[in-house]
Amino acid sequence: MRGWKPAPHVLLLLPAFIVLAAVVVVPLLLSLYSSFTPFRLTRPDSIYTFIGFRNYERILTDKDFWIAFGRTVLLLTFALNLEMVLGLVLALLVEKATRGQRILRTIMMFPMMFSPVLVGFQFKFMFNDNIGIVNNALQSLGLTDQAIPWLIDGQLAFIAILVAEIWSSTAVFAIFILAGLMAMPREPLEAAKVDGCTPLQSFRYVTWPFVMPFAFIAMTIRSLDIARAYDIVKIMTDGGPAGRTEILWTMIARTAYSDARMGLANAMSYIAILLSILFTAMFFRQLAKARQQIGAEW
Amino acid sequence: MATVSLRNLVKKYGQLEVVHSINLEVQDREFIALVGPSGCGKSTSLRMIAGLEDITGGEIRIGDRMVNDLPPRQRNISMVFQSYALYPHMTVAENMGFSLKIAGRSQEEIDTAVAEAARTLSLEELLERRPSQLSGGQRQRVAMGRAIVRQPDVFLFDEPLSNLDAKLRMQMRTEIKKLHAKVQSTVIYVTHDQVEAMTLSDRIVIMRDGHIEQVGTPEEVFQRPETRFVAGFIGSPTMNLREATVDDGRLVFANGDALPLPAAFREKVTAGDKVVFGLRPDDLYPAGHGIHSGEAHDVHTLSVPVSITEPLGNETLVFAEFAGDDWIARMLNPKALQPGETIDLSFDLSQAHLFDASTGKTLRR
Repeated sequence: MRGWKPAPHVLLLLPAFIVLAAVVVVPLLLSLYSSFTPFRLTRPDSIYTFIGFRNYERILTDKDFWIAFGRTVLLLTFALNLEMVLGLVLALLVEKATRGQRILRTIMMFPMMFSPVLVGFQFKFMFNDNIGIVNNALQSLGLTDQAIPWLIDGQLAFIAILVAEIWSSTAVFAIFILAGLMAMPREPLEAAKVDGCTPLQSFRYVTWPFVMPFAFIAMTIRSLDIARAYDIVKIMTDGGPAGRTEILWTMIARTAYSDARMGLANAMSYIAILLSILFTAMFFRQLAKARQQIGAEW
Repeated sequence: MATVSLRNLVKKYGQLEVVHSINLEVQDREFIALVGPSGCGKSTSLRMIAGLEDITGGEIRIGDRMVNDLPPRQRNISMVFQSYALYPHMTVAENMGFSLKIAGRSQEEIDTAVAEAARTLSLEELLERRPSQLSGGQRQRVAMGRAIVRQPDVFLFDEPLSNLDAKLRMQMRTEIKKLHAKVQSTVIYVTHDQVEAMTLSDRIVIMRDGHIEQVGTPEEVFQRPETRFVAGFIGSPTMNLREATVDDGRLVFANGDALPLPAAFREKVTAGDKVVFGLRPDDLYPAGHGIHSGEAHDVHTLSVPVSITEPLGNETLVFAEFAGDDWIARMLNPKALQPGETIDLSFDLSQAHLFDASTGKTLRR
């Protein structure tokens, strides 16, 4: 080793490089590599068998994978849109409150204080076909005399999961949009009134363009959230029954841990991550556009 | 084009009354300025005319319509805000054409109106820019463009020049005056700057604590202030105002110094009356360095010491000690004076004002 003297800046940066390599780069490369092997947790040797793109070929031609993929996109689309509309309405209502606005804001955030796992359990009980409060209420109101199989029918289960997602996370939109409303200068709204706008037109032409960037930030955050959704679904239906509510990450987790096919699961993960990156990129582009539009200085 | 009348207009916030039953008739095509210190109710009154504030009592008429309960959009007014209030996400052209778009006019019509307004305000080059890319003065011009595009009955200006620097403010002041000459419509202009009010308006409304103190042309409020407040508010530097007691043809100040009672007021006061004596710096000058406006025998000259001077080039403001206080005098064709130096100070008493010390009302009539 004598005679090898690294430059001071290299030496100083080395610990950071080593830590990063150990916790990020190596696992990432390893997982990427393993997606090209038939690696099974039960047969460690299989990691040395290189099979090229066979895992990917298999996934891309697998109907079940594409159904789970599509269901994830569907969940994302429904949840984001509904959450945005509800969050917007909530934010507008809370902003109107002249008294107790702080306490309303706090109450609004309650759902975010619960672990998604607990939210999953709670909604699983609420949607239970025998003892759940949803069926109970529907029956008491005389709307139905059946026990609706909320968590068993594929479409109904999807709706139940959607409701749980929306309940737990609408506050994200509400808070961001409320922040936008509160940061908004009053005068353009008054100018709009004088310029002849009805309240609805004021919202359409002045308020909405102003809060749009805030909504897009919430969209970006929530799209990542839902694209990696796992806990609520895992608890409520576990992707079942018979795969009727399977989404990407429940499928990946099952493949990796129950079936112990880590190589295949890793390949799926890389495809799933592509989906997340796609959504993030899309929303960031929208955000940049909206920000530029209102001439935001942030 | 229209008249505006305020009749017994009252505004209360909860129990607090901020505008106390004011009355004002604004003529068609008149440029009227509401002026007064902060908190005098001038902006609130303007916002009530615009419909941005509810009216607690009284009525507002624009033309022959009572507008108390009409929303702003039905009053056919335009407003220019202190902070410009442009729509940040629209281009200059879109900002100016917005009201027409809302009114459902055709794109052709909007383009024509916007182009016309842009020409009036020399904004043609900037039509495609966004407000964030404009300077303060340009934004203010866009705000005015937005106002004139609608061809409203009444223009409302809410301290439109307060956010501009001094030089730009003067420039824009001239532009507003030219604009009014061109557009010829009724304007109600709120400002706290008496110079703006004096230079721009046909009539000035001076407000204080939710009351109207005086309404008059710039000449009237300058030369015949009806109250002590108006006398002190209008004119720069401010009028010298000092309390005195009337005593046998003399005005005696607190420390015993005295001036002859101005001829115009001899019949109006009697010995023992407490009054406020007012004299503008223009009518107080070192002997030989000013012009008297009335008869020469109305000029009274006294020897007094100089405290400090403020040379302005063409003239010098002299702070001279009299009646235990500094009085501001204006010295034309200035020469250098040293603090402590004694000078002959001329009081042009033909221009003096006397106000009742307790009510603050003028004693002229």
